[in-house]
Amino acid sequence: MRERTLTMDTLNPQVKAVEYAVRGPIVLKAGDLERRLQQGDKQPFTEVIKANIGDAHAMGQQPITFLRQVVALCCFPELLDSPAFPDDAKQRAKRILQDCGGQSLGSYSASQGVECIRRDIADYITHRDQGVPSDWNNIYLTTGASDGIMSILKLLVSGQGSSRTGVMIPIPQYPLYSAAISELGAVQINYYLDEANCWALDIEELQRAYLTAKQHCQPRVLCIINPGNPTGQVQSKKCIEEVLHFAYEENLFVMADEVYQDNVYSSDCQFHSFKKVLCEMGPEYFNNVELASFHSTSKGYTGECGFRGGYMEVLNMDAQVKAQLIKLLSVRLCPPVSGQAAMNVIVNPPKVHEPSYAQFTKEKSSVLDALAHKANLTEQTLNSVPGIKCNPVQGAMYAFPQIFIPPRAIQEAQSLSIAPDMLYCLKLLEETGICVVPGSGFGQREGTYHFRMTILPNPEKLEILLEKLKKFHLRFLEEYSQQEPQITRTTEEQHRQKSKQPD
Amino acid sequence: MSSVQHVNPRVRGIRVSPHGALQSLAAHITQELITGAQKPFKEVIDVSSGDPHKTGMKPISFVRQVLAVCLYPELLKDNSLPVDVRLRAQRLLEVCDGESVGSYTASSGLLHVKQSIADFIMRRDAGVPSYAKDIFISAGSQRALMVVVKLLVSGEGATQTGVLTPIPCPHTLPMLLDEAGVTLVPYQLIEDRGWTVDVDELHRALKTARGRCELRAIYISNPGNPTGHVQDRKSIEEVIQFAAAERLLLLVDEVQQDSVLGHSREFISYKKVLFEMGKEYCETVELVSFTSLSSACMGECGLRAGYMEVVNMDPEVMLFVDTMLCTDISTPVTGQLALDLMVNPPKPGDPSCDMYTQEINLIRATLSQNAQRAQEFLNGLPGMSCQPVMGGIYLYPHLQLPSEITEQAKELEVEADVLYCQRLLEEEGVFVGAGCQHGGTTGNHHLRFCILVPPHTLEEVLARLGSFHLRLWADVRTLTEVCEESRQTSFNVKGYWKKKVFVWEPAVRTDRKIRNIRLCVLAPPVTLEEVLALLRSFHLRLLG
Repeated sequence: MRERTLTMDTLNPQVKAVEYAVRGPIVLKAGDLERRLQQGDKQPFTEVIKANIGDAHAMGQQPITFLRQVVALCCFPELLDSPAFPDDAKQRAKRILQDCGGQSLGSYSASQGVECIRRDIADYITHRDQGVPSDWNNIYLTTGASDGIMSILKLLVSGQGSSRTGVMIPIPQYPLYSAAISELGAVQINYYLDEANCWALDIEELQRAYLTAKQHCQPRVLCIINPGNPTGQVQSKKCIEEVLHFAYEENLFVMADEVYQDNVYSSDCQFHSFKKVLCEMGPEYFNNVELASFHSTSKGYTGECGFRGGYMEVLNMDAQVKAQLIKLLSVRLCPPVSGQAAMNVIVNPPKVHEPSYAQFTKEKSSVLDALAHKANLTEQTLNSVPGIKCNPVQGAMYAFPQIFIPPRAIQEAQSLSIAPDMLYCLKLLEETGICVVPGSGFGQREGTYHFRMTILPNPEKLEILLEKLKKFHLRFLEEYSQQEPQITRTTEEQHRQKSKQPD
Repeated sequence: MSSVQHVNPRVRGIRVSPHGALQSLAAHITQELITGAQKPFKEVIDVSSGDPHKTGMKPISFVRQVLAVCLYPELLKDNSLPVDVRLRAQRLLEVCDGESVGSYTASSGLLHVKQSIADFIMRRDAGVPSYAKDIFISAGSQRALMVVVKLLVSGEGATQTGVLTPIPCPHTLPMLLDEAGVTLVPYQLIEDRGWTVDVDELHRALKTARGRCELRAIYISNPGNPTGHVQDRKSIEEVIQFAAAERLLLLVDEVQQDSVLGHSREFISYKKVLFEMGKEYCETVELVSFTSLSSACMGECGLRAGYMEVVNMDPEVMLFVDTMLCTDISTPVTGQLALDLMVNPPKPGDPSCDMYTQEINLIRATLSQNAQRAQEFLNGLPGMSCQPVMGGIYLYPHLQLPSEITEQAKELEVEADVLYCQRLLEEEGVFVGAGCQHGGTTGNHHLRFCILVPPHTLEEVLARLGSFHLRLWADVRTLTEVCEESRQTSFNVKGYWKKKVFVWEPAVRTDRKIRNIRLCVLAPPVTLEEVLALLRSFHLRLLG
């Protein structure tokens, strides 16, 4: 038989190295279990609860009415005559359509996005940052934040050997970063967040990571996720100043992943944008530090993941480099225009005097209040379980508790060639139907184990989840503190198979 | 500050398409018009890309209605919308997690939609089986292509992956290959045979790649973008045999499969032909076919959705298609749902069926009439000739340019067809694509423009293009005549375009001394003849 052109031997080695934990084997397994349940298979649970990904609507969060009205109107403009839609929604939709080619969401937009939406975003940022100016020419609409992050990283990776671009990322990190770094063949530089200190970013650790890496690569990019994913910490202003000062000193391009900027729950925390802090540090900083900040429709109070809307603001980029960025963005033609429209609503919500204001405000605070409640509930409950330790969920949408895994379970995992927390999460899924992601997919200090769970299920379901989790954990501790672990042949084989699946 | 030297060489290496510069110029002119500048036209008409809605083609009502209901499910109760619209929206919402278009989907797309696509392909290919697991939905066919190309990339220098690429090819392809780090190995489509694929030419191209790169795939666009050629079964078989013999993966752009015109040709998918070629082929040849929501009848470019069907790919490798798509997390959901509506439209008896059919028929009739009209018109212009169009949404006429234009282009260091497009845009406000963006030129010049536009827009485009083209030829003639004449009267003329200004440098011989006079004649050159007349009389007076 004719040999294939594309085989595991000939596959691009950089592609082979890519892993994507939040969509890895656990998630495939969860899908599989869900299908089997639907087909009437007997399982020790009646539903699979997917707490693996920040997918708010999938967990029952309701969309913001105003946003959907505007996008529906843009989609089918005949509805502009319908009395069922409020005037402010119609006015927004007309304005967006005015700037779309042929007044249709179906036309390509410029690669950087629809102009009026870029302008609105700049106004929104200016307002958010209490007057720090934002130039709409620095705004680029993206296909979710990921597209922006990928594009900037792709732009900045160069050099060979010891001059190869190094990208500093927090550990734990969101796997998009490690996947992108693998795919681009950049050098990943880990700086560890301080778990003992609410996952704060420690400037000395940043320096240590930088100096160590400098011996074998050229660190050029510093990625920050604030509020943190998966760690949920919200950075203090002082900490941001330190980071920016460091970036200034070492000439690093700062990538600020600020997609959770509206998700801050702890009353003693506040979101500070990197840009605003940079401005307050004075013109020497504000006119020099290269900064890209990312935002998205997927998080916040809208949770519109399916729209794939997002933007980035890019500061202090050299004009020639900017030309290269625009060229790069043009290869992918344009971000989805419906997602751009959704982004527009987020940056241009109903104003006090407008008809939709009351309902909008109510819906927005209802979502954010519920999230704050669930953040607290999750932290409290997890900390009540022996062998689980969870930092406060100050922001974002996840808890990232540390779990104690008994040595015997670690041995078993090793014999199956999987990470111990992967074993933990697989068992949790098989026994309870709860789908969470092992900490090893995000990175963690050696010898520590974690998982990431979202706080998105509705309160009743979240309570059930936490209760089941608690029971499972105690059972797990008990099982593995006993004598010889009982591994039946079949589960062993199953695990072997699983470990073959791609991460 | 990061300097351009530190930018990823891959990114730097992406060729600069003249399209970008023309686009900026078009935007600039539009801006000038808005701020009240006086021009011989009121608006810029952009037919440079396959973007039907932009020029005023209407979306399919059924598609937009269903999407609107999915976006705002309150509309499920709205009796003014047809019942099948609401039922369909209800069904589609059920397949979304949390019954919301705001949820992520699996990275390769919603299973329900993938199944609809597989069913559609099976119907299209008269029963050749198609499976949902082999369908990958992505944010446009360009994205799907990038994923597959990335899998193929490896090596450097002589071992770098190469892809056999038709010339002309879709204008977005060369940039994509540059970004991926793939060597573009050109094969020429045969223009005077209606842009057919020629196997001898494929073999010739193959030889040129030896020692230069490692050829691993061949790209085909059928119906052809930009050529409008539709391959017949025999031609497809030849390409498949060639790919099989040379162990090349087939990358087939079948985006315009719904746009075959008239009855002389029908669209036959590569997959169908492959499966009818017997075991040695149908079980081994690796094939990826790309389709898009930006197709002729839908024209929903802005929704960014497309899909690919993967045939005979190593299952282990296929897992990496999924992994690569994970970086995108998922394809925009409204786009995915629109794909479902595209492959599974209303059926006879459904309330929306008549209107749907009418709208589709209108689009197809417009396309067909426009193609006819535009070909006839262009073939009537001096220096312009157009191969018969069988499908697709573009015309790609051959453009013969007066040597003066090509010389001006040389001086300005631009391609002559770009210069043509630039002047057409400046003088008549019509934006068409330059042939050189389709993978390089061999001294031949072409234009590409989208003909899926409302008929009155096409008329306007043709009228403006025609008057510009005739003027260009007339100007050149006048200039040449004057030159001829002036040689007898010791009068030597050299003229060229610099930015927007026509610079004319006659060398005037008086009393055995040669003096250069530089004259500027502002565009548009309607006044050129007058200026020439003045100059002629001035000169003669001087001599006299």
